Parts: sequence; C-alpha cells; structure tokens
Amino acid sequence: MKCKRCGERAEVQLRAHNTAFCRTCYLFYFRRQVERAIAAQHMLVLGERILVAVSGGKDSLALWDVLVDLGYDTTGLYLGLGIGQYSDASQEKVERFAAGRALPLRVVKLEAEGPGLGVPAVAAASRRAPCAACGTMKRHYFDAAAFTGGFDVLATGHNLDDEAARLLGNVLRWQKDHLARQRPVLPPTHPKFVRKVKPLYLTSEYETAVYAFMRGIDYIVDECPNAAGATQLLYKAALDRLEVESPGTKLAFVKEFLRTAQPAFAAVEQREPQECAGCGMPAYGALCSFCSLVREVETRRARTASPLPA
Amino acid sequence: MRVHLRPQHRTVEMRGPRRVGALLTDLGILPGTAMVIRGDLLLTDADVVEEGDEVEIRAVISGGAA
Repeated sequence: MKCKRCGERAEVQLRAHNTAFCRTCYLFYFRRQVERAIAAQHMLVLGERILVAVSGGKDSLALWDVLVDLGYDTTGLYLGLGIGQYSDASQEKVERFAAGRALPLRVVKLEAEGPGLGVPAVAAASRRAPCAACGTMKRHYFDAAAFTGGFDVLATGHNLDDEAARLLGNVLRWQKDHLARQRPVLPPTHPKFVRKVKPLYLTSEYETAVYAFMRGIDYIVDECPNAAGATQLLYKAALDRLEVESPGTKLAFVKEFLRTAQPAFAAVEQREPQECAGCGMPAYGALCSFCSLVREVETRRARTASPLPA
Repeated sequence: MRVHLRPQHRTVEMRGPRRVGALLTDLGILPGTAMVIRGDLLLTDADVVEEGDEVEIRAVISGGAA
C-alpha cells in the first residue's frame, strides 16, 4: 500500500477517509486535522493559558504533544484517582512526558483533596457505576483546577470514538440535557467555569494511537481495571462493527448530530448554574454533582457503621 | 510467527506467511481497533507477516469514562 500523498510505503490506512499515509505524511495530516478542528470551532487562541487534562493514555498525551507543537501555552493536569498500581503507572508516564519536554505539570491526588476520597472508595460506597462516579469526580477537579489556576481554557483528549459512544448512549436514553451539552466547545456559563474544548473530537482512537506511536510517546496501554464491563465500551464495540461494514459511520454520526440536531437540543435546554452550597463551584441544584456524590458516600458509610436498631 | 497481544499480555504462535488483514480476522480483531507493529514500523492490512516474524497487536480502544 502506498502513501496517497507522496507515494512512499504507507504505514497507516484510514478507511473512513479512504486514504493511506507514510509516517511523515501522517504526522502532517494529523496535526492539520487537529489544527482545522481548533480553527473551525474557535476553540483556542494563541496566548491563552490552556490546562490540558492528561491521564497517561494515548489521547491526552497526543493532544498535549500537538498543542505544544502548534505553539499553545499549555500546562498539564494529572489527577491521581487512587486506583492502585494503575494510577501509579499512569502518573509515571505523565511525569516522564512532561519532564522530557520541560512542560509544566500539576498533579492533584484525589485522596489528598477535600473529602479525601479516591475513586475506588467512592465506587465501593456509592450505587453508581465506577466510571460514572469517576467521571463526576474528574469533572469537579478539572473545573476547580482550571478556575483556581486562572486558566482560560480546559482541553481534554476526548476522541471521535468517545464522542460517538457518548452520543449513542445519550440517544438511546434520549438524555436531552446531555445532548444539549454534547459539543466540542462549551463556553463558560458561570464565572467559575472556563471554556472546555475537545480538539480531538473528529480524530478516531486509531488515529490518536498511531500518532502517539509514531511520535514515540510512551503512554499507558493497559486498560483501567475499573473499566471492565463499562457501558461505554459496549457502545464502542457496537459502533466498531458498524464502522467495519460502513467506514465513516462514526464521523458522520457525530458531525451530523452537531450540524443538524445539537442546536435544537441546546435551544430548549438552557439552565443557568447557581453556586453549590457545599463547595461553591457551579451547580444545577442546591449541591453540585460532586458534593451530591460525596454526601451519598458519607451517608452510606455512616449507615453501615451505625449499629442496627434493637 | 509470534504475536504479542496488548493489553491482554498474551502471546500466541501462528503459522506464516499471512497478510495482516487475515491475521486480524483469525484473531477475531476488527480492523481499525488495533495497531499491528513489527519492530518500530506499523503494518497495514496488505502487509505480509512472515513465518519467523514477531509482531505486536496493540488495541487502541480505551474508555469507560462517563
């Protein structure tokens, strides 16, 4: 197979785009795709302070690498979720990446913050699925770090597969409020929120993995031990089957949703956040999702610790 | 040929030569869900893996996040 751009031996074939590239041309293509997504959605402006959420995985480290390459002012944010060896290994990957490129990195360990709860403790004590609890905690700490650090933007490594799987889940349950907020750029709706952007929302997981491999990025390949059985993985597997039969399905699903349906959901789901009575961060109820989760965990813990009535 | 599967941390022996596309099909892996790596090069479906080769098949799927 030959590179469609220069005719050299191709190393990567992209069925969704009906093309193939050698290493040099692929790196050019990938950067340009990200650059175009940023420009088309007005995600970032050179000179803004960007906080990049990095997990140690291929997507977030690839994103950080590209943003640095494109000249953006970035700082990494690693959240220590407290998931045993997996978290230790992930942190090591992130620290090595940052140190090797002399990039600023902030490390926040959940067990050392606020209520002192890591993801496993919360997942064990709450009724929610581990990934749902983890997502709530991560969003809270991302928002808090971006606000207290005085950043302009929070960038995450969500890719096309993440967005397609999330969209499928939201559509299957017609979660209108989630559909209203599913877009690659979320402008701040409260002074304590910063703009949130997903520059990789049109690049597939395969594409980010190839980029990370070609760039020699040492990322964590192992799966999070808590992800086994996660609904999002089921949706991804279903979408992968569709993609094999009809390449480009995921891209069309996400792009057409954003073009035709998302604005309609956004128009009717406009809620102004207040401030959480617990932590002071923006909330859509008396408590934010994070404080509600913490309260649920504390209540269940107190219940199991107290003796049964006679 | 020796095939290392990641992140499963499993190695399987298979007969070669065979094309990467056929190798993935035999292992039940969908195209676009894994990188096939020989040395420091990526292989496409049309590339051939020889009998004595050693390759890594690295899944690209990650997630679970809400």
